[in-house]
Amino acid sequence: MKKDSKKQNKSVGLVGWVDERFPLSSFIKNHLTEYYAPKNFNFWYFFGALALFTFVMQILTGIFLTMYYKPDAAQAFASVEFIMRDVSFGWLIRYMHSTGASLFFVVIYLHMFRGLMYGSYKKPRELLWLFGVAIFLLLMAESFFGYLLPWGQMSYWGAQVIVNLFATIPFIGPDLAEWVRGDYLVSDATLNRFFAFHVIALPLALAGLIMCHLVALHEVGSNNPDGIEIKDTKDKKTGIPLDGIPFHPYYTVKDLTGLTVFLIVFASIIFFAPEMGGYFLEANNFVPADPLVTPSHIAPTWYFTPFYSILRAVPPILGSQFPGVAAMGLSVLIFFFVPWLDKSKVRSIRYKGILYKKWLTAFVISFIVLGYLGTVPSNIWGQFSSIIPLLGGVDIATFVARIFTLIYFAFFIMMPIYSKKDVTKKVPKRVTM
Amino acid sequence: MAKSNKKIDVNRRKFLLAATSATGAVGVCALGVPFVSSMSPSEKAKAAGAPVEYDVTQVSNGELKTAEWRGQPVWILNRTKKMLSSLDDKEILTDPDSKSPQQPQNCQNATRSIKPNLLVMVGICTHLGCSPTPKLKDGGDMGNNWEGGFFCPCHGSKFDLAGRVYKGSPAPTNLVIPPYRYSDDKTIIIGESESEKG
Repeated sequence: MKKDSKKQNKSVGLVGWVDERFPLSSFIKNHLTEYYAPKNFNFWYFFGALALFTFVMQILTGIFLTMYYKPDAAQAFASVEFIMRDVSFGWLIRYMHSTGASLFFVVIYLHMFRGLMYGSYKKPRELLWLFGVAIFLLLMAESFFGYLLPWGQMSYWGAQVIVNLFATIPFIGPDLAEWVRGDYLVSDATLNRFFAFHVIALPLALAGLIMCHLVALHEVGSNNPDGIEIKDTKDKKTGIPLDGIPFHPYYTVKDLTGLTVFLIVFASIIFFAPEMGGYFLEANNFVPADPLVTPSHIAPTWYFTPFYSILRAVPPILGSQFPGVAAMGLSVLIFFFVPWLDKSKVRSIRYKGILYKKWLTAFVISFIVLGYLGTVPSNIWGQFSSIIPLLGGVDIATFVARIFTLIYFAFFIMMPIYSKKDVTKKVPKRVTM
Repeated sequence: MAKSNKKIDVNRRKFLLAATSATGAVGVCALGVPFVSSMSPSEKAKAAGAPVEYDVTQVSNGELKTAEWRGQPVWILNRTKKMLSSLDDKEILTDPDSKSPQQPQNCQNATRSIKPNLLVMVGICTHLGCSPTPKLKDGGDMGNNWEGGFFCPCHGSKFDLAGRVYKGSPAPTNLVIPPYRYSDDKTIIIGESESEKG
């Protein structure tokens, strides 16, 4: 019986010739036409596909930018302006790349939030989540290296500040920072190596990790808004999950709809607000890098600001800035531990109790507030009046950032406690629509 | 099958495997050395760190000028009497006596300089390497208590007119005074201390 059906399905012609030498048809079946995904995906499930799309777009636009860009401190700034003014459609390709970088983070943050909401990191998807966090880390490095390349004031001083973060590490710090820069300050040598990291080292590593992320996903199958394992309820005859539908054509078509909406937003930004009021491309970056003058207000691009706020919020301890740097590092790395911090019996927020909902809301609010505070100077709201004991003279914004930094970390650190205590609802056997 | 298995010395195999892997790992590490060290500052970058001369007569009283040494801004500030008197306010400072080694021995004094009026200082914040903005005049946008000094725009560190850090600033230490010496009354050599006199 089994042999028969195999014979019937055997393809002929060119595809048949290829199939005998390369698993083409079986790959398409296993990963598209006979890969069953839960039928109850909502719009939150667009962002994985959109992230992949953005990645491919960044690679493609990046290739065309390297055709004109010169990774040389004396020429880099001018070569970017050359792309913007003299290269045919150079402005479009450059704006696609710079806007794509920001939207990549929008999409990734929403994708991660989806994971937190529906418990997509819980057993058996821990490794899938770990690959994802690793991708997020590399993506941050990738965008940091890329941001130096236009060699504007913000590029230069941003790199200066971030590389100096390494210098605060006890004992090895200063030597490490010098090794990363290849000079005593951010210079031509630094620009050259950042270019190398940005165009080959990290994209290659990212491609590999994205591959692992997808392989892991297809091994365990997608989670869904109900957090129910669809493989638990299969059709007795065919062995196909009753709540599953083939990825192609159902989700390829659905993702195309999401992509269309995404591209409308994307095109609107490129054509009408490519600098996004200084959030996507900062005003100071239209001034060539000057190692002798720091711009009067420097802030990283918006997607780094929550973490940057945490860095600023932690005061130096014993004459060392390292605690702030460590807190910032931890604020990103702590995502790795989520699968083991969540002790809840259920995956999805739909069946979790009020405690988790409150904590997740508090976390999102603190992420946004910290993100905003990271874009403005720390004295924006002035200082507490000196009459107030303890707080007198302290920057109000710094104080607020400290409160929200505590909430940010508490969301993770308290998770084992509140997720265990939380009263969960009964999870149905089959998915709801 | 079972018979031939008996002849295999599993321990010997394990040892050989471990020995080969260890040798291979040593080789990989050795190969890594040139790659890792290729990222350190090149000879050219090291040579660019040579001392620079500066004619201090071009800095008039109360004025600040910027020299470049090792690609960093080096401020040369000719302090007025009023500026110098502002240095007496030690309450607000983290390290008023310059105990941490942020200056050469001969500058570990009340004015952090060789000649009291002339301050020579690296204009790089000790927090995360931004270049602070000179706010030499008192008051102004820095508030009424401001006695003149430097303000780092990146994270709001404040320094007095000798580069000593204010309490509560993110910067942990005072600004760096580079090694320098007077080759004659008018000229300083930045990057060379008195003992290194060529």
